[in-house]
This record gives sequence, structure tokens and C-alpha cells, in this order.
Amino acid sequence: MSNIAEMSSPKVKPGIDPNTMSIIVTKGSLDWAYPPFILASTAAAMGLEVTMFFTFYGLNLLMKDLDLQVSTLGNPAMKMPMMGMHMGMPNIVSAIPGIDAATSKMMKNLMKKKGVAPIQELRELTVEAGARLIACQMTLDMFEYGMDDMIGGLEIGGAATYIEVATQSHINLFI
Amino acid sequence: MADQVLDAKGLNCPLPILKAKKALKSLEGGNTLEILSTDPGSVADFAAFCRTTGNELVEQNEEGGIYTYLIRKAG
Repeated sequence: MSNIAEMSSPKVKPGIDPNTMSIIVTKGSLDWAYPPFILASTAAAMGLEVTMFFTFYGLNLLMKDLDLQVSTLGNPAMKMPMMGMHMGMPNIVSAIPGIDAATSKMMKNLMKKKGVAPIQELRELTVEAGARLIACQMTLDMFEYGMDDMIGGLEIGGAATYIEVATQSHINLFI
Repeated sequence: MADQVLDAKGLNCPLPILKAKKALKSLEGGNTLEILSTDPGSVADFAAFCRTTGNELVEQNEEGGIYTYLIRKAG
């Protein structure tokens, strides 16, 4: 009986500070750069201790020079406001060279017009607020990225490093 | 009169919150910050921000699409 009661009681992780959050960042396109950096910068502004673990294409977001792109290829939900309506792009058009660049430029213009922060600014605010940024050693190695290409203040770690952080964080997200 | 005013008009989520946090940092505890925003999402966000951080949302208004918040810094 007591075991069942224990199992079903909604225990909040004991001994873990509720104001802690970790995010695994796995995507590196212009659109997917936003959720992790919006949440990390806001959480840090709200006093949370934030750790971000960048792996695979997420590493792209740590580059000194960011030139983020978005692709309409295989992205049927992406419909941009255009001339009073919303325009999607057939895959066969998306595949034409230059279309990604044009779409990315369009999205950046739209963001500027709507007062959406550039990723560089959100990243700076996140770092400034004291978030820990960890780059995945294995994917750095695999993609042959050097730390010289990346922003300063990064830590390097692997799966065990992240898991340790996760065991000490109340909120753990995968993006 | 607020001790400091932050004009966040035209900025979108999460910039009004991030700029407000920065402005609050430079204030002494008990002093107030007035924020102007055009982001309708900022209504729910400033309430949540204040509940979480312990800063006091003293008052909020909306007039002609401009939202005004008065926040008193905790401590």
C-alpha cells in the first residue's frame, strides 16, 4: 500500500531548485534558433539558472558570424504573409538554388519590421545573464568545428556532462 | 512619477521583458520602472514576470494600443 501511495504521489523533484532549466539545442536554422534563445534569455531574466547544451546543428548557433538560413523545402506549414495572403512554396520551387537565400532574407526583413530581436541580440543577452553554454565535443569533432569559429565563454562537454546538469534542473527541454 | 521610464514600443516578445529586466537591474530596491509597450502579449508576460521574480506590478493601463506598466523593484 505504502509503495503505491509513494509511487502515485505527485512529488516535485526533492532538493532541486525550481528555478533551474536546461535546454538541448539540436537545430541550427533561422526559425529554430528562436525557441531556445527566447526561452533561455527570458528564463535568465526571470532569475532562473540556465544551461544550454548545443549538439549537432545546434552548434551552428554558436558561430561568431551567424548567417542563419531557413528552408521552405519539406516545410509545408511555412506560409509567409504576402500581398494580403499567406503563400506556401511547392517543394519543386524550394529546391531551386537561391530560393532558400531569398526566403531567409524575407523572413529576416519580416522580423525586423515586427520588432523581433535578431538571434545575435538574444544570444548576447543570454550569455550576459550568466547562462552556461556547453558545446558537444562529439559533434564538434565530427563536423570538424574549431573553437576559434565559435563565440567565447563556451564550455565543452558530452552526454554525461548534460545528464548531470539535467539531474539538477527542474525544467529540461529538448529543442 | 516612475523613477525610470523604458520605451519598449515596437518591440516584440521577449524584448520588452528582457529590456525591463536590464532597466530594473540599475534601479534600487523599492524604486519604480514604467514600461511602454505595443505588444499585446506583454500583458500576460509582465504579470508572469512579476509573479516569478517578486517585483510588484503596481499598475497597468492600455490606451490606444499602448500598454503601460508600473513595476516596483523588490527588496
